[in-house]
Amino acid sequence: MDRSSARNDLLLMVVFTAAVLTMPIWLTPIGAGYPDLLQKFAIFGIFAIGFNILFGLTGYLSFGHAVFLGVGSYTTVWAFKLLSMNILPAVVLSMLLAGVFALAIGYVSLRRTGIYFSILTLAFAQMAYNLAYSVLTPITNGETGLRVLRDDPRVLDHMFGIEVGESLPTPELFGLRTIGYEGFYICAVFLIIAFFVAMKITRSPFGLALRAIKSNQIRMNYTGFNTRPYTLAAFVISGMYAGLAGALMAVTDPLAGAERMQWTASGEVVLMTILGGAGTLIGPILGAGIIKYAENIFSAFNEQSLHHTFSFLPEPLQNAAVSISTMFVGEGWHLTLGIIFMLIVIFLPGGVMEGFRRITRWARKPPAPRRAQKIQTAG
Amino acid sequence: MGAKTSRAAQGAKNTDGGIGRMDNIVLHVDDVFKSFGGLHALSDIDLQVAEGKTHAIIGPNGAGKSTLLNVCVGRLKPDSGAVVFNGSILSGRPPHEINQLGVARVFQTPEIFPDLSVLDNVVIPALAKRDGAFAIDAWKAMYSEGELKDKAATALEDVGLQEHMGQEGGSLSRGDKRRLELAMGLVQDPLLLLLDEPTAGMSRLDTNRTIELLQKFKARGMTKVIIEHDMHVVFSLADKVTVLAQGRIIAEGTPDEVRGNPAVQEAYLGGVHE
Repeated sequence: MDRSSARNDLLLMVVFTAAVLTMPIWLTPIGAGYPDLLQKFAIFGIFAIGFNILFGLTGYLSFGHAVFLGVGSYTTVWAFKLLSMNILPAVVLSMLLAGVFALAIGYVSLRRTGIYFSILTLAFAQMAYNLAYSVLTPITNGETGLRVLRDDPRVLDHMFGIEVGESLPTPELFGLRTIGYEGFYICAVFLIIAFFVAMKITRSPFGLALRAIKSNQIRMNYTGFNTRPYTLAAFVISGMYAGLAGALMAVTDPLAGAERMQWTASGEVVLMTILGGAGTLIGPILGAGIIKYAENIFSAFNEQSLHHTFSFLPEPLQNAAVSISTMFVGEGWHLTLGIIFMLIVIFLPGGVMEGFRRITRWARKPPAPRRAQKIQTAG
Repeated sequence: MGAKTSRAAQGAKNTDGGIGRMDNIVLHVDDVFKSFGGLHALSDIDLQVAEGKTHAIIGPNGAGKSTLLNVCVGRLKPDSGAVVFNGSILSGRPPHEINQLGVARVFQTPEIFPDLSVLDNVVIPALAKRDGAFAIDAWKAMYSEGELKDKAATALEDVGLQEHMGQEGGSLSRGDKRRLELAMGLVQDPLLLLLDEPTAGMSRLDTNRTIELLQKFKARGMTKVIIEHDMHVVFSLADKVTVLAQGRIIAEGTPDEVRGNPAVQEAYLGGVHE
């Protein structure tokens, strides 16, 4: 039994790695095979995996995780400015600083559970967002956003004799560029590591303790566990994941703005996790992919392309179809997202992963439920 | 037969002034008072539980039994007095510390982990016993914890749930949930097991099975405090019985002594079995 579980995990890891690395190939037919979107899949996948450790495993719904995304981005740009254009110090520092922020915010917020915890995290996120626009402008550069400049100090780069040319310096990893497919593969490697760590946590005694806290925290206390440090550890870990995601956003596009910390960004990762299946390993990544893909498709439509889509209809019908569907695309794509989300929560509370489970169960033994139904109607 | 005579001897000692000298007192409830508003839930409670014995606390509804248990596990802080377990004061400590000292509690309404498998429900307390109140071992995999799982499986066999190990805890019947909780307590090999009405809501058959089970664990020398309504359970398990009424101890002794006590019959037996 033990050996087969270990083998299953290894298999999962191999399949996952292969699937991520071949994304540019198998996502091309559905029009998602270009680097910018692929980078987003990987980055938001990391964000969602980390969020799931807190929400899916431990059962604490944070509405403020975008703070750590923002902290990660700002730290990365500052590391580019002060230390080096190499992304390694930037990524490490971002994760550390996001962890420190998570420790502070988590320490306070985790004094409460349920809705009060969510409200506290939301309050912190809004505070951070507003601070970034006001008092902290010297650090965040306010509305303009924080950018890399030509004459930044970059101490480490100078030490190693790396000088910038005429153009603006760009982030790199030992000569590898961070844009295009190279950028995607850098993000993909981080995603694979992030997934591996999350899998290890889920399978460990620590992960079991987190799941037990989600199931019945009071019982955990009477069972001899001090649950506070467990929840705080989960919060910090997920904060560091968000910090990594934020860092990679700045790595692929070296600009950090406060809008990254807005509550909609915090809400988005909640949607991703629930849509894919909270508490599962793959679910959150799927959710992140689906939402980013849908956003890409739906927000690309405009009135002209809609007219083109409905051009097979007669003129008046075509106009009606366009004016209705225009609400759901472009700027209005959040309406579509909202509807998808409602449908999932109502009919498939376990998310896409539960959908898969239901399908496999149904495929294995189709006659059983039908017979039960017949008996019921007969009775 | 031998056990019976020694228990009788024990009872005899109790009558002439409390506990025999040979007994090691593990739990000491010392002069505890507790009131809620104007209501005296517990007044002047003095209780000594000897090692390896089963001590029952009985009394009519509202007598203060649950309050007393909650004071023992740190859920409530007494107004005055103290609860001392093996030399450490329990009152005022957080629940996890009390558990780590070796006091396990079985709740009146089954408190389990409904989303986890029955086996994991028992692995968790075994983990707490082995690794302490907090440990991050994120690199070890649960499926390599064979020893822990074997221990949990043995505890489940003891309570007769071995066939349900893979099932979700929440899908068990109420009686099975209570048995599961018992296994969760027993797997920790606690020095003291506190049972809050372990047979409440059980059928006669289930009650008898639970009694048998608890008798089996008596042989292992585990100290137990049982709060119980059911006289049948009390008389078949307890070495010593304390009777509470209106927050005071009105009688204490062996089951037989308590049964014969007129004050007890007045306050409890007469009142309930109308």
